[in-house]
Amino acid sequence: MGRVSFILPLAGFALLAGIFFLYLNMIRTGERTINEIPSALINKPIPIFTLPPLPGQPDGGLASIDFAGKVAVVNVFASWCIPCRAEHPVIERLARMNVATVYGLNWKDNPSAALKWLAELGNPYAAIGSDASGRAGIEWGVYGVPETYVVGPDAVIRYRHVGPMTPDALDNKILPMIRNLKVDG
Amino acid sequence: MTRRVATLLFALSVMVLAPPPANAVRPDEILADPVLELRARDISRDLRCLVCQNQSIDDSDAALARDLRVIVRERLGAGDTDGAIIEFVVARYGDFILLDPPFKSTTLVLWLGPSALIGIGIIVLVVFFRRVRRDSLKSGITLAPLSAAERKRLNALLSEEAS
Repeated sequence: MGRVSFILPLAGFALLAGIFFLYLNMIRTGERTINEIPSALINKPIPIFTLPPLPGQPDGGLASIDFAGKVAVVNVFASWCIPCRAEHPVIERLARMNVATVYGLNWKDNPSAALKWLAELGNPYAAIGSDASGRAGIEWGVYGVPETYVVGPDAVIRYRHVGPMTPDALDNKILPMIRNLKVDG
Repeated sequence: MTRRVATLLFALSVMVLAPPPANAVRPDEILADPVLELRARDISRDLRCLVCQNQSIDDSDAALARDLRVIVRERLGAGDTDGAIIEFVVARYGDFILLDPPFKSTTLVLWLGPSALIGIGIIVLVVFFRRVRRDSLKSGITLAPLSAAERKRLNALLSEEAS
């Protein structure tokens, strides 16, 4: 009896400590993230929206209709967003691969600042919607920049990446997702 | 001394007269209709600011929180019910945006976990003390009532302490 009452709490503690250690380790290795909020729109159709182009851009802006029948990637960006600058080469690499249509959603930005930013860094986007008020972003469930969505040919959102796109995330998450969608679609 | 009293009085007056904690709502957001504005405040207090995550959108100065406050007020103005507005936001941001999480299958552990742990704790305690008593009975250490001599001595000790 004395032994059990001694071992039981100890075993309970060891169990909890083990679980905490496993989770903390997953956070350390990046397997799990704690700040990231899962999108409520995964496996739901894209919202209905229409956005004008940035001034002077010939792409005609971005609207729901642009997602019909193709695998698309939507990159939410803003010129005031430092991590967007960091991920820009990765987005450009994705666009150069020609595996999906890469759209830009310019979120809560000053259009002329956005144009300057694109002139400086290059414009990888097939079309850009200018969402100065941020309303279209809210329809998408955007809560910060950068965010990147993968949309299937059925215009259903399949994946969201929060934060700057890393080469690792592109190769191991985004590209396999695009390949799957192309096979299924 | 008088200085100390004055400082104390000052501190007290600050505490009593200080305005309630200010929220982030800006004057241009406030609705003309006080009833609607009150409802907007009620809804906003239960919606999490997704940028700061531990503040409600009513408390947060983040741009996204402001946009959501404005949307809440727009929809109130359009005649939406509180439930419809909350549904609108949850459809876009998920249950995480609710500071008061709903009771459903995915939140069972969250809601029932603490009571379950307390229940287990109580069971463990009951079993433990029952065993202690049984073991003490078995080993012959019985909890016999005090003898007359012991009671007398105890009383003497207690009255000594009381005096």
